Amino acid sequence: MKYFRSHVLLCVDPECLKHGAHEVMDALQDELVAEGLINEVQVLETSRIGGCSNGPEIMVYPEGIHYANLTVDDIPYLVEEHFLKGRVAQKLVMPIEKVVDEELSAPTHKEIRIVLRNCGVIDPENIEDYIAEDGYMALAKCLTEYTPDQVISTVLESGLRGRGGAGFPTGKKWQLARNSPDFPKYLVCNADEGDPGAFMNRRVLESDPHSVIEGMVIAAYAIGASQGYIYCRAEYPIAVRTLNIGIRQAREMGLLGHNILGTDFSFDLEVRMGAGAFVCGEETALMSSIEGKRGEPRPRPPFPAQRGVFGRPTNINNVETYANIPQIMLRGAEWYASMGTEKSKGTKTFALAGDVKHTGLVEVPLGLSLREIIYDVGGGIKDDKPFKAIQTGGPMGGCLPEEYLDLPIDYEALAAAGSIMGSGGLVVMDDETCMVDIARFFMEFTQDESCGKCVPCRVGTRRILEILQRICNGEGKEEDLNTLDELCAEIKSTSLCGLGQGAPNPVESTLKHFRAEYEAHIREKRCPAKVCKALIRYDILESICTGCTVCARNCPVNAISGERRQAHHIDPDVCIRCGICMQVCNFNAIEIN
Amino acid sequence: MTITANNTQSVAEVVRAALERHGLVKDELIPILNEVNQVLGYLPAEALELVAQEMKVPQSQLFSVASFYNMLSTKPRGRHVIQFCESAPCHVVGGRQVFETLKRELKLESGETSTDGKWTLVTTSCLGVCAVGPVLIVDNDIFGNVTPAQVPDILARYH
Repeated sequence: MKYFRSHVLLCVDPECLKHGAHEVMDALQDELVAEGLINEVQVLETSRIGGCSNGPEIMVYPEGIHYANLTVDDIPYLVEEHFLKGRVAQKLVMPIEKVVDEELSAPTHKEIRIVLRNCGVIDPENIEDYIAEDGYMALAKCLTEYTPDQVISTVLESGLRGRGGAGFPTGKKWQLARNSPDFPKYLVCNADEGDPGAFMNRRVLESDPHSVIEGMVIAAYAIGASQGYIYCRAEYPIAVRTLNIGIRQAREMGLLGHNILGTDFSFDLEVRMGAGAFVCGEETALMSSIEGKRGEPRPRPPFPAQRGVFGRPTNINNVETYANIPQIMLRGAEWYASMGTEKSKGTKTFALAGDVKHTGLVEVPLGLSLREIIYDVGGGIKDDKPFKAIQTGGPMGGCLPEEYLDLPIDYEALAAAGSIMGSGGLVVMDDETCMVDIARFFMEFTQDESCGKCVPCRVGTRRILEILQRICNGEGKEEDLNTLDELCAEIKSTSLCGLGQGAPNPVESTLKHFRAEYEAHIREKRCPAKVCKALIRYDILESICTGCTVCARNCPVNAISGERRQAHHIDPDVCIRCGICMQVCNFNAIEIN
Repeated sequence: MTITANNTQSVAEVVRAALERHGLVKDELIPILNEVNQVLGYLPAEALELVAQEMKVPQSQLFSVASFYNMLSTKPRGRHVIQFCESAPCHVVGGRQVFETLKRELKLESGETSTDGKWTLVTTSCLGVCAVGPVLIVDNDIFGNVTPAQVPDILARYH
């Protein structure tokens, strides 16, 4: 093997080629030959050095110097300065800008990244990047060293549970599908990540699609499936694109399609796009949508493992579940099971949103407390305001108050507290959030997304919403609270699918933990958090107002009057409580009463 | 989810192209309708009729699918479609005020199209960019961390 003292990486992405990367390459080679350096400096073609907006560009190692906007004329100077004289050719240097990742920052010390380990690290559109990070090694190991039953028992021993939210043991699900006598069998990846506030699946699909693809091929081998579908929501166009690129590259490399890795196992994948229906995240609705029908759920049994897509045995798992598989197969069930709690093993990704300092994705071992996630990982509440509640598990989850902050997060503990793990959305709320308004808000969502097939969900959620709207408008009645309690219990016990069964959770949990707030709305016609419009009014504090007129000029309905340099006044009958005056006031002279 | 009003092709041409690309297979129905919807901006009755004929599917079934999914519209849409994310993470960081401002500026309620055919205002379920909420999308442009004061400036960018 030849050794070089210096390596030059030259970007040959289309954008750089358009600006003459090949010409620069030729000139560089010629110049190195002319100077007698060609045996000391190696030039390699590569991609994605600095983003191509300043191409052609090169990176010189071991120094790690980035030269950009190169022309053929720059080359003699560059070679002389850098490679002959050994100093940086200053006028051609361009430091690479660090891109700030708003969704995923460097891991904090309480995090362990398994599913997110490649996100932001590798090029998602280049399968070789994934392979360089041990990609497809687990697949090779499974196909050559393991029988399907051994794969399933490894997954069983790892303790991995469905990351879509329900937490069914993944290995058990695979076993059911494997034991189903009917053929062909199908494999489905649920990438219909509809829970508001949850975007961990989108990030994995966009940044590391091959971990999902590899996990699916392993699963297909284990259950004996020949065809797979990734059902991705249409709101995620970039994820659909990277998946399609990934599938194509995997096929070209013989990692998908006929005779994978030269064995007699064959399996292929296809991406199916949704068209904007939340209920399609429910597995039976999703399968109906794959078949081109309305995405309406159906009763189970039969379970997908018996009768799924096109009436055939089907295994369906979430994106995050599949993304865990390659690592489990590579590093062993014991390693995975060493993290987490007794019944909930491994790590879970969460999307922190709302009034928390560092919003974005985190991945922590299960069993960490909510407090650790909010304060140690998330940096605490925005503007250091008091914590009021955390909503876990998306629109079917519950709101938990401060007493639950030390709850160790796992499937059972959250369920016992009246909430759910769900897909891992965590919405943090500070003391300016009205819990009645939040409950109403979630009800609006479920009512809107209810598919209408079963009565409790279709009509029941509508009734709950009407009552909540009345309470927020200051027209609540004393008996409303009991009616809400009853409705919640009925809808929970009689709805057909998870959407209806979970829909009352936000109402039930806020009724339980924040009942006083409901009572203030109903009995005193008061919104303690000062949110519900019908129950608040904006006033200008005359002692602070300087009469700068900025509020009057910004008021969309001209509700503010007053002379310049004199205290202003808001007419409550005209005011629409939009809050713009409060935002624009430079003196904090506006208060809500 | 691109929604563009491109009427240079006839409805029949658009339908034919979509059917050709996806094939006359029933489980490709949603991708087919999606494509027609994207090119034409919505699904005119004529398009549904054609798809029904070609695929030998009853029109009632097509309509039941078209009316089920949010991204398929059976009503014409404006030149610019504004999608406002109405999800909880955007809501708790001030989304409601932004939406009220939008409705006021456009004089539209959710789901309506302006009489001059310029704007359609719709709400969308979570777009998954919760780290920068409140979020709205105009055509294909995504705007994050939106405040009510920015709304007029954003709207003024479109003609």
